Amino acid sequence: MDFDFSEEQNILKKSARTFLTRELPRTRVREIVAGEAGYSDEIWNKMAELGWMGLIFPETYGGFDGASLDLVLILEEMGANLCPGPFLPTVAAGLAVLAAGTEDQKAGLLPELAAGSTRAAIALTEPMTRGPASLTRIGAKADGGDWVIDTVKVFVPYAHVADWLLCVCRTAEDDDPEAGLTIFRVDRETPGLTLTPLENMANEKLYEAAFDQVRLPASAVIGEVGRGGPAIRDAFDRAALGRAAEIVGGAQAAMDMAMQYAGERVQFNRPIGSFPAVQKHFADMYMLISGARQLVYQAAWKIDRGLPARKAIALAKAHAGRTGRRVTTLGHQVFAAISFTMEHDMHLYYRQALAGDLAYGNSDYQRQVAARELGL
Amino acid sequence: MDFELNQDEKQLAAEVEAFLEKELPSGWLDDVVDWPGGYGTMSHVEERHEAFCRDFNRKVGAKGWHSLGWPEEYGGKNSWVKQAVVDDLISYYRAPAYGVARLIAAPTILNVGSDEMKKEWLPRIAGGESFFWLGYSEPNSGSDLASIRTSAVEDGDELVVNGQKIWSTGAHVSDYAWLVARTDPQAPQHKGITLMIIDNKTPGIEIRPLVNICGVHCFNEVFLDNVRVPKANVVGDMNRGFYNLMLALQFERLVAWTGGYRRTFEELVRYARETVFDGRTLGQDTLVRDKLADLAVDIEVLQNMFWKTAWMMDHGRTPEIEASALKLFATELSRKLAGVGMDILGPYGQLGREAKWTPMTGRFGMGYLDSISGPIGAGTSEVQYQVIATRGLGLPRG
Repeated sequence: MDFDFSEEQNILKKSARTFLTRELPRTRVREIVAGEAGYSDEIWNKMAELGWMGLIFPETYGGFDGASLDLVLILEEMGANLCPGPFLPTVAAGLAVLAAGTEDQKAGLLPELAAGSTRAAIALTEPMTRGPASLTRIGAKADGGDWVIDTVKVFVPYAHVADWLLCVCRTAEDDDPEAGLTIFRVDRETPGLTLTPLENMANEKLYEAAFDQVRLPASAVIGEVGRGGPAIRDAFDRAALGRAAEIVGGAQAAMDMAMQYAGERVQFNRPIGSFPAVQKHFADMYMLISGARQLVYQAAWKIDRGLPARKAIALAKAHAGRTGRRVTTLGHQVFAAISFTMEHDMHLYYRQALAGDLAYGNSDYQRQVAARELGL
Repeated sequence: MDFELNQDEKQLAAEVEAFLEKELPSGWLDDVVDWPGGYGTMSHVEERHEAFCRDFNRKVGAKGWHSLGWPEEYGGKNSWVKQAVVDDLISYYRAPAYGVARLIAAPTILNVGSDEMKKEWLPRIAGGESFFWLGYSEPNSGSDLASIRTSAVEDGDELVVNGQKIWSTGAHVSDYAWLVARTDPQAPQHKGITLMIIDNKTPGIEIRPLVNICGVHCFNEVFLDNVRVPKANVVGDMNRGFYNLMLALQFERLVAWTGGYRRTFEELVRYARETVFDGRTLGQDTLVRDKLADLAVDIEVLQNMFWKTAWMMDHGRTPEIEASALKLFATELSRKLAGVGMDILGPYGQLGREAKWTPMTGRFGMGYLDSISGPIGAGTSEVQYQVIATRGLGLPRG
């Protein structure tokens, strides 16, 4: 067993931290999330130069053959620095293409994505469905040599800046919920596609993507008709894990902020960190974060070893979701009233933790997944 | 043992409900947030509702419903249970009648105020004419209120106040400050503070808005620069302010938006019962049922605590441990309710008021933010735990 990172991983982690700390003081985070795009092109391009978008993809397609664990380290630092933007959605879309696409499709789409020239997102969840990946209605029908998509997707991240979306539709009925799904690549400017922002309190750019009789050629199908389910499942799971890593990073940063304050703020002639009630909060934060972090690393390691990882991912995301929310709530509690102001930074972490739990399946959903993996 | 309201009380409840249905504008319930247990989205401190709120409170006052617990000689009915009937319904309708004046200032004045003070202030408060804000916390004095630095120096018939208050909820829509300042810097901290009422219009008071994380202007910073206060405005005795403040805090802790919890919970239950996800309602999901049932337990406990404390007061028993327990329980439930709402609503819970697909006008998203405030204000949960354990249960203070 080995619970240490490699030399290279430590260097990667440190350089990610240095880069993000420099680029994203919290004032800049606020500016960016208040803007329409919700991310910074400048920072995005720098991340591309660092090779982050390409990290997880094979060299054949312009990537760096990196490990999930490496990506997790970067995402943890992104979470710690509240880095907003379509990085994870883009990587997730790329992973779906990698898993499902034909050779031509992979060669055609992935190099640009790996180079950071593409922003993309998976449009999966339909309104009023249980769980993020429940597709019960037929969303696309064959018409001549074309396909016509008629569906609505919700909570599509950063759809408004995506170059293309992967719209996942049920094209055939099947008892197996993962069978009969087709992945369509849809350019953002395609006629019939309307994006509506879903304003929210979590500081995320989320969209409804309505596909109203969107006509696509057969070439828009990524991989095989009716066979996109497993690839989407896989990409989705890995995005969930990535989000879990961000949550852990954010939780740690929130805890660190609160720790510093607890050492400095004096009431009753002693630092508030000397009170047992406050100390218990920090001990609780520590327990939650360490546990969640380990589960995230473990799940990433399983992916990298080619081991079945669905249960590990579900447990990691379930725990991370709960951890982020609890830690940031406690962070607010330590700072007390001052953190109830817009001006203070704790609510940025509080919102991020919430958004993280709710994305790619919240804790309750993940525990249902885990229950199924337990054979129940 | 009897858990039912008597005939009189039931009659009052019916009257109050009819009044609220008539007086509140249509759509009010959805228009305001008024998250139960939160201090950041209260309907009665929002500027946009100020005119309505003042008018509404006068009407409530005309009914005698601000002062039901007071002794008859001050226009009351000696019934805190009847006041609880009113308060429960006011919060059930999210009505803007949760004023510091009647909830905190009046009971304190009744207990420690001079006869002159009672004569001067109680009728106005009973009439719903006066709005107060609490001048307690300062940037360096939160939980440690005894350490406040705002000073009040005697000058003839007046006190001259200098300093700064913070987290001053509603100062911008109030008439008077209910404020503590240091009158004897030589005395031990707890023995040199005085509680007083200050007219907001007094020269030298500057109110600066603070925006809370809900995006609402609810509280403020207030700067006091040579503010002259008549000595007649001192509540209770000079230099006894800390103890009078502790008494006021007891009353503050008894304020629990029981009706508001019930209303928000009902809305969530109805939503679960009616909303179909993938061909079945949320309410058919075992997990959702369990979470809602768990909340039902808590709300029942809260209601019991609330009614019992009111009943205790009617029977000459002072709620002490019970007041801290009520505050602690209610405010932690405020967070739990928001959190459970988030769990049940999933990604829909984070949507804002105007967003497409938002359930229940985005209430739970705002509640998730506002619920940060409950366990912090009016004495943090950590303080309440300590009060319960030491003053309540007698454990050593250490």
